[in-house]
Amino acid sequence: MAEINFLIVEDSPTMRQLISFALKRVHGAKIMEATDGIDALKKLSAQKFDLVLTDINMPIMDGLKLVSLIRGNDQHKDMPIIIITTEGADEDRKKGLALGANAYLSKPIQTAELLKLVNEYVRK
Amino acid sequence: MDNREGYKDLKARTEDFLQIFRKGEEFTQEVLAENERLRFKLVQLEEENKRARGVDPGRIKTLEEQIASLVEENRRLMERYQEVELENKSFAEKYLEVEMENNNLANLYVASYQLHSTLDFSEAVKTVLEIIMNLVGAEKFAIMLLDEKTMELSAVAAEGIALEDIPSIATGEGIIGRVAADGESYYAADAPGENLELSHPIVCIPLKIKEHVIGVIVIYTLLVQKKEFTDVDYELFSMLAGHAATAIFSSRLYSQSERKLVTIQSFLDLIKEKPA
Repeated sequence: MAEINFLIVEDSPTMRQLISFALKRVHGAKIMEATDGIDALKKLSAQKFDLVLTDINMPIMDGLKLVSLIRGNDQHKDMPIIIITTEGADEDRKKGLALGANAYLSKPIQTAELLKLVNEYVRK
Repeated sequence: MDNREGYKDLKARTEDFLQIFRKGEEFTQEVLAENERLRFKLVQLEEENKRARGVDPGRIKTLEEQIASLVEENRRLMERYQEVELENKSFAEKYLEVEMENNNLANLYVASYQLHSTLDFSEAVKTVLEIIMNLVGAEKFAIMLLDEKTMELSAVAAEGIALEDIPSIATGEGIIGRVAADGESYYAADAPGENLELSHPIVCIPLKIKEHVIGVIVIYTLLVQKKEFTDVDYELFSMLAGHAATAIFSSRLYSQSERKLVTIQSFLDLIKEKPA
């Protein structure tokens, strides 16, 4: 079975565990976690990922900065990125999508919605 | 002159007669051909009739029975198909229910796991905040703990509201005070109004260890995208009432005992160092 490598970037351990729990249901899922943007960049430089899920509000480096840095790197320019926003307001989503994120999810995350979106990008 | 005209007239009439005669001949030929065709057809039909009369009546009966049996089987298959369709629909609905239940259990497991993963008071409180924000979808909320000496509830953590803006509340006073006094959860019947009223939350959950209330979780508003509470939210509230209370209480006790241990240790060190 082909491996699908996911990177979850989220400062909240609760959210990391919740997303990780959901992603384990994707066949062949290999999940890595990062607690902020800098941690994520370190992990991205060490291995290739099939999809990144990132929170927006994080300490040290937020999700928007991370998206812009990923898209600025040729090596990861085609890697799907899903942003996770707390706010119902459109501002973060618009910024994230403008910077190159492929899709967004709003908290509280619904597992079915997350898996549907992930499967869509993993299949691509 | 008369003879010549009489001849011409006779010739013309002869021509007319011959023309009529030729048409009559053509018509007769056509009638004869049609007659021949019909005779041929008649012979064919007679042949077919003979063949049909020659089929065994028993065989016809068998074939009729087979047709009836096939019609019956078709009817039964149609009924079975409809039954299977219904079963399929029922399985699909059951699958969705199981999926939903599975997701709810995952949420509850994560919440429970995280609540009991620390013995640090501030981390335990932060975990409760994270659960309320990320799993329930609350926007403005607070955790208030009961001071058993003064019997007052004071906010120890809040999200979306400044901690100092939340007033202390005596047990039994208003909605929040009553929840602390009775130990019963409160769910507002109406959606929150435009202005934030700290004395009128939409949800107030007692933090209970058995029947002993140690504080409350007060939710004032939900995130924009969170329109209403779902079944799993009520399960979470119910779980939070017990597990969050235990996590907060035990982490506070642990932190206090850690501090006491340091104090006692320092005291013992002092005694040891004191010259005789």
